[in-house]
Amino acid sequence: MNPYKRAPFVIIATTLVYIFLYAPIVGLILYSFNASRANVTFEGFITERSDKVVMDGSMVVSSPCGAFHWYCDLAKNNDVLEAAGNTMTIAITATIIATIIGTMSAIALQRYDFKIKPFSQLSLYIPIVIPEIVMGIGALTLFSQLFSWVNSTFALTGDARLSLGMATVAISHIAFMVPFVTLVVQARLQGFDKSYEEAAMDLGANEWITFRRVTFPMILPGVLSGALLAFTLSLDDFVITFFTNGPGSTTLPIYVYGLLRRIITPQVNALSTVWILVVFSAVVLLQILQSRESKQHS
Amino acid sequence: MLKRLRENKSIQGTLLALPTTAWLFVLLIIPLVLTLIISFGRRSPDGNVIYTFTLDNYIRLFGYSTNCDNGQASCFDPLYVQILWRSLTLAFNTTLIVITMAYPLAYFIARAHPKKRNTYLFMVLIPLWTNFVIRVYAWMMLLRKEGAINIILGTVAGWLHINFAPLELLYTPGAVLVGMVYEFLPFMILPIYTSLEKIDTSLYEAAADLGANSIKTLLRVTLPLSMPGVVAGTILVFIPVMGTFIVSDILGGRQVILIGNLIQRQFLDARDPAFGSSASLILMIMTLIVTYFYTRKFGFGEEIIAA
Repeated sequence: MNPYKRAPFVIIATTLVYIFLYAPIVGLILYSFNASRANVTFEGFITERSDKVVMDGSMVVSSPCGAFHWYCDLAKNNDVLEAAGNTMTIAITATIIATIIGTMSAIALQRYDFKIKPFSQLSLYIPIVIPEIVMGIGALTLFSQLFSWVNSTFALTGDARLSLGMATVAISHIAFMVPFVTLVVQARLQGFDKSYEEAAMDLGANEWITFRRVTFPMILPGVLSGALLAFTLSLDDFVITFFTNGPGSTTLPIYVYGLLRRIITPQVNALSTVWILVVFSAVVLLQILQSRESKQHS
Repeated sequence: MLKRLRENKSIQGTLLALPTTAWLFVLLIIPLVLTLIISFGRRSPDGNVIYTFTLDNYIRLFGYSTNCDNGQASCFDPLYVQILWRSLTLAFNTTLIVITMAYPLAYFIARAHPKKRNTYLFMVLIPLWTNFVIRVYAWMMLLRKEGAINIILGTVAGWLHINFAPLELLYTPGAVLVGMVYEFLPFMILPIYTSLEKIDTSLYEAAADLGANSIKTLLRVTLPLSMPGVVAGTILVFIPVMGTFIVSDILGGRQVILIGNLIQRQFLDARDPAFGSSASLILMIMTLIVTYFYTRKFGFGEEIIAA
């Protein structure tokens, strides 16, 4: 008997679900090469000289970038570039902080006993069981109440006034990223034998050297995959950013959302395609790291 | 002093855990307390909060209205109750559909050759890592009057010589349901796969040897053993569907208002944080109650972390 045999029904259902998962994405990418600026119907691919008859006054007549017309447009769009820059700044800053403090708390929870340990462990699960919008408006309320109190107490005016911006977005991102880093690193720490650390101590290494030379190299793959997971979570976040951003701190998801409510050109599709490629690369990297980690493990 | 610190493991542990715990305390727990306090407050004329203690926001949420047509002082206005009910039923329906779609796929991957499993899983992950907003946009393009679905339907109708007028698919409850299913499907596939993959294949052989047909094996062996995965997936799908507002905002237009949209509008458009806070708390309580009874009935798997 073939252990990998599956009923025809399962195979058909699986194929249909995969089509369901991919059809929207394929459509999205296809329309990023649309010759029609209005992007309502697909008017064929843009070519170097799209000397087509202008039917609805919205066709692209000539395109110096060839099929990649909308991608060139994208590269010239300052709003997109600024949003992309903001997204990266927030994601990188938040990832660095979340990874450091998340790893620290993972070590504490796995290797130490202390009074607030049950509370520390329990608080990690809050972001999983609470809807994101509740967290988002909670953060918004916290910042707005705090800022209005500080601004009036210290009579701040003009630029000195505290307001929502890059910092509030990054601070809120860290709050939902840290639990993931901690849980990933904790799982890694659970997996390896404490006797390595004990051996190092027996051989005369102090705690810092033991950490630097033994513990850290062993948990590094876990730390890296935790960091990468946190990074993608930050890049992808819409809800928390939506409630905590201010003027000048628009991220890409917020920018796209804004466009969807106004006018949609194939530029949005081009942006989405670039985005899918970037995240795809990040996920491939994550997969490679994780498979290396599991190989070391076994 | 430093020597004491070096020897006291308890203080070391506290110091190591402190940044994370403090961060989560300030950004998750304090805001929840603030939301609770504000939900008992009132809206000030300039869209801020007056701190008092009143249950008005909750009473309003559950149908009490002072805005009546027939000159009465108060009447029952089912608007918000309808929104709560719509959100609950939508989350329930989405979860059911997602389980039905995810199960065969997860089963297919779990019983694939071990070398191919990662590739199949990866194929599930790619759409998941495409941005949430972009995925909603992709469905907006498909469901439009000029979108691919109407084009395909029109072509089929043309072959069959049937008159076809493009369907209004966008801005309907159905569009919101499809969008929700699409957004959260991968969150169900992963935990179900994790629990299916753990099942020892010799159990299937044993069931076959003992004369069970494939349907019996599915009902008596596979399904019970994969329940932890289904439970974890349900939590990962149900909770976010209850709170999501982008899907209904973009695919439902102004037609389908969910509790998420209500909260968002109270904070950003209507500028009534007090009422928004009470709605937010009710949302949280509803999800916690459903999660609590559901996990108590079926147990809580570690699959939620594995996903």
